[in-house]
Amino acid sequence: MKYYKTSLLQLIGPLLALLLSFLIGGIFIFFVGRDPILVYERFFSQTLGNAYGMSQVLFKATPLMFTGLCVALSFRAGLFNIGAEGQLIIGTFLTAWVGFTFNSLPALVLIPFCLIAGILGGAFWGAIPGVLKAKFGAHEVINTIMMNFIAAALVSYLVINVYAVPATIHTPQISPASELPRLDFLVDSLRGSPANVSVFLALTASIFCYYFLWKTRWGYELRALGLSRSASEYAGINIGQRTIMTLALSGGIAGLVGSNFVMGYKHYFELGFSEGIGYIGIAVALLAKNHPLGIILTAVFFGILEYGTLTIGTFVPKELSNILQAIVILFVLITSKLINWWIRQLQALTAIGNVHA
Amino acid sequence: MLESVFSIAFFVQSLRISLPYALPALGATFSERSGVINIALEGIMLISAFATTVGTYYSNEPFMGILIGALAGMLTALLHGIISVTFKADQIVSGIAINVLAIGLTKFSCQLIFHSSSNSARIVGLEQWKFLPNIPILDNPFIVGTIILFLMLQVVLFKTTFGLRLRAVGEHPEAADTAGVNVKRMRHLGVLISGALAGLGGAWLAIDQHSFTDGMTAGRGFIALAAMIIGKWTPYGAAGACLLFGFAESLSIQLQSTSHAVQFIQMIPYVLTMIVLAGFIGRATPPAADGIPYEKE
Amino acid sequence: MPAVEMHNITKRFGIIKANDAVDFSVDKGEIHALVGENGAGKTTLMKILYGMYQPNEGKIFINNRQETVSSPAIAIAKGIGMVHQHFMLIPTLTVTENIVLGNEPTLRFDLIDLRRAQQELQKLTETYHLIVDLQAKVETLSVGMQQRVEILKMLYRNADILILDEPTAVLTPQEVEELFNTLSHFKNQCKTIILITHKLSEVMAISDRVTVMRHGQVVACVETKLTNQVELARMMVGKEMEGVIVGGNPFISHPVVVVEQLAAMNDKKLSALHDVSFTISEGEILGIAAIEGNGQAELVQVIAGLRKIAQGSIKVNNQVLNDSNRRTLIAHIPEDRTHRGLVLDFTVAENLILGRHYEPQYSKRFLFHQQTIVQFAETMIQEHDIRPRDKDLVMRHLSGGNQQKTIVARELSKNAPVIIAHQPTRGLDIGATEFVHTALLSERDHGKAILLVSSDLTELLTLADRIAVMYEGHIVTVLNAKDTSERELGMYMTGVIKKVA
Repeated sequence: MKYYKTSLLQLIGPLLALLLSFLIGGIFIFFVGRDPILVYERFFSQTLGNAYGMSQVLFKATPLMFTGLCVALSFRAGLFNIGAEGQLIIGTFLTAWVGFTFNSLPALVLIPFCLIAGILGGAFWGAIPGVLKAKFGAHEVINTIMMNFIAAALVSYLVINVYAVPATIHTPQISPASELPRLDFLVDSLRGSPANVSVFLALTASIFCYYFLWKTRWGYELRALGLSRSASEYAGINIGQRTIMTLALSGGIAGLVGSNFVMGYKHYFELGFSEGIGYIGIAVALLAKNHPLGIILTAVFFGILEYGTLTIGTFVPKELSNILQAIVILFVLITSKLINWWIRQLQALTAIGNVHA
Repeated sequence: MLESVFSIAFFVQSLRISLPYALPALGATFSERSGVINIALEGIMLISAFATTVGTYYSNEPFMGILIGALAGMLTALLHGIISVTFKADQIVSGIAINVLAIGLTKFSCQLIFHSSSNSARIVGLEQWKFLPNIPILDNPFIVGTIILFLMLQVVLFKTTFGLRLRAVGEHPEAADTAGVNVKRMRHLGVLISGALAGLGGAWLAIDQHSFTDGMTAGRGFIALAAMIIGKWTPYGAAGACLLFGFAESLSIQLQSTSHAVQFIQMIPYVLTMIVLAGFIGRATPPAADGIPYEKE
Repeated sequence: MPAVEMHNITKRFGIIKANDAVDFSVDKGEIHALVGENGAGKTTLMKILYGMYQPNEGKIFINNRQETVSSPAIAIAKGIGMVHQHFMLIPTLTVTENIVLGNEPTLRFDLIDLRRAQQELQKLTETYHLIVDLQAKVETLSVGMQQRVEILKMLYRNADILILDEPTAVLTPQEVEELFNTLSHFKNQCKTIILITHKLSEVMAISDRVTVMRHGQVVACVETKLTNQVELARMMVGKEMEGVIVGGNPFISHPVVVVEQLAAMNDKKLSALHDVSFTISEGEILGIAAIEGNGQAELVQVIAGLRKIAQGSIKVNNQVLNDSNRRTLIAHIPEDRTHRGLVLDFTVAENLILGRHYEPQYSKRFLFHQQTIVQFAETMIQEHDIRPRDKDLVMRHLSGGNQQKTIVARELSKNAPVIIAHQPTRGLDIGATEFVHTALLSERDHGKAILLVSSDLTELLTLADRIAVMYEGHIVTVLNAKDTSERELGMYMTGVIKKVA
């Protein structure tokens, strides 16, 4: 069955893109006057060479899994959700709000309550562009971008004018009952690492999304919608409803970012904490070809990039991570086009002589 | 309060604020009219602001800096064009990647050149250069230039061969192709124009603030997109929307001392865009082939 | 003297050879008909001549000079013009802007000289009697008017080799007559005309010579006056068209489908169906014959629930059809199999439950019942011989015939009392066509009520018990298939006879 092999060929694109971006990264390092090989050696030994480094990578990868899944799920339904950033901001704020407001509740109640608040917040923020698309045909790309800025302004108002600890831009601490344990309770050498159990939540979310997409009716309808709108209409799928549902579910997953940053790490909500991970989520999803399990890998890859550039910060400005992220995305775009073209040529060639396999 | 709102100073301030929205919005109009969504405007502006700062810093000539800024904008736009027009890859992803690239590249280079990733050295501005001295608004050569650009490009878009072909390519590329119009070429030009104009917007930011600071565009590229939509993909419409945003922001600065709710005024452009997109205020119809790569076979 | 000569043209799209070593030649000043069934490769050949596609092999001579036509711009420069089946007009621009696009008269600074353009066009419209409002936006024009704009576009560019791709498909009979007058006028001016069509009566009426294509190859090139419709039809189809499949007489019993005074709008919010009433009995095939765009597509969509009813009612077994009972009452083989009937990037198994995925045997609440789905897929693949026999293969990689078999398998196994089959054999090879025909007849014999919409009149005459003819959104007549002929149907379809039944 030669058709299956083409999907393997398609993996070449992303891999080639990774390779090329590290090459260009090397040129940048060289440009700063450092030895690329030495710097990369440190880069990899600090991230993958020991348990502490790996835990830092997981910490960076966790929110990217949530935002990557958020983007991928929408994308599977043919919706371009650029709103992960706004959805995670609202969700995370609500997680923190529940955490510091209901501080008399026991952990068993408060932790799920915080998580659900995050999910609902993100889902609500995602559902708005969904409703606008379903009811008025307004394009979700622009609307989700607009919602990001509205979320930023709204949360900025709430933190600065209502909840901030004086002279800071963060909220009060959440109740200790809502804190998630760090991973150092498992492995002692991880002391000091911000990695926490939310990474398991992210892994569960990835598996849930995989299961949802391929084993459930809604997942089936969602994929049908993404692949062919007119066939979905023919199949009696309620397109408007599914559009709203998908964006809400996506937003809900993005809203779980607070489990890592607020419940697992800082224990409060801080303005500007997200640093664009909602946008990087697009890259994570793209590189994984919108596959929920692939996202685990690509999120870890971007985690390596982020933490790795921090560890070489004394040699090379840490902004190298943004440059590398961008180059990876741009190369993935180009190589996947080239590989697809190449596969078509290959198929045409093999087809001559044995028409209708 | 009221007299301060109706003063010339307030109007000039509004105009100054709306400039870095208006230029990229005008650019976005040309890009989208040719069928290419350009959400890389934000990144283009950032790169241009930095290029302008570096150019002015070394030459001590603000106009040289502005020229370099515009060229840097075009170069960045060319990247977007190559990916989305030549390779026909996803325009939105390309735009986002360029935005991320811009953040990294400017901070990285700022660190190398000015030894701080967040601030450049101070550069000269346009203070000594007056177009019509003593007349508010018209004394500023940049504002005058922008007004002329808008008047000119409205004509270019709707009255010239170039404009007709650009619009045709954005509405129905196949039809334009069969009429002998080179679709790729027109789209590349549309994107390049948007790069030059967004570049000028970034240049103005740097010149006006006498330095580069990291992330100084602060979402203006996206507000420009909003203005383009509210202006229904026409230069004059975009100009009107940008003036509106400029007034709103001016007002929020005035209110800062008395009110705490400035964030809600900041939301105006975004909320307005969503309302317009939903069709509550007239219908906002983008060019029919906006965002769709042209596949010939 | 040949105006156009194409030698040994081959064009491949992936696996498919759309043109296979085609030789084609047109003399200066003649009207040359290019005929063939859908998918025979006529349009591809002409798109190559017009520079929209590049051939993999072959040479092109225009006025005896070898040319490489690498873009439409070059074709235009060589005096070639083409009116595409789907008009290449920009709806939001004016007629004038559309016509001058690419060849604009200019003033200084690249400004368009609209006045000069208007004057030139005014002259052109008067010379050729092609009157059209030059200031109007194209989106406001009727289809016939839009075609006029397309023709003017060619004339404005001084084209003397004119290609028209299925120009009459969307026209009213009067408009067809006007078009033919215009074409004769062009011929008198020594312009060369290539007319792509599959309507043989038109070929006989207007052409000087005919080239017949089948499966990407040229099978014949003859002088029109030396041939006739029967011979041309045989060459197009490649077999004698006698194959009448005789089924049992439908036993007349109670009507299953009752449609009363149905009205609906089209996508442009214009009335597309008015006062349509008919019944289909148990064990009956009702055929619908109509030229494209006369309301048959809207009729199917309304019954299938893809379009809103403006007025009237549809009843199946005395129940008014609604969104919930439609799922069990109607099986629908849609016209556009690749976009409507299938999700090309789904697997065969996934496609086999498309639109039935909500049925309780496949999904319990939210979870799919994988085992039943797999079993169902394997049974269907066996029973209907869907090849390759792999339920996990992505639908895109199946041939057109096997794609259609998948749809037919899915819809017929639904066991709904009513079946709508819309162009069920268009573009299929003979084997797949026979499969579909046999399947439909067997369903009829099992007492199903079948609505068969087809542009293939032979198919209608052989399969249907009665044939309703639609014209401009009305049913103009209902005829017994046994007592009618292609000719009679054609008269009704083109509005020559306007008797309202």
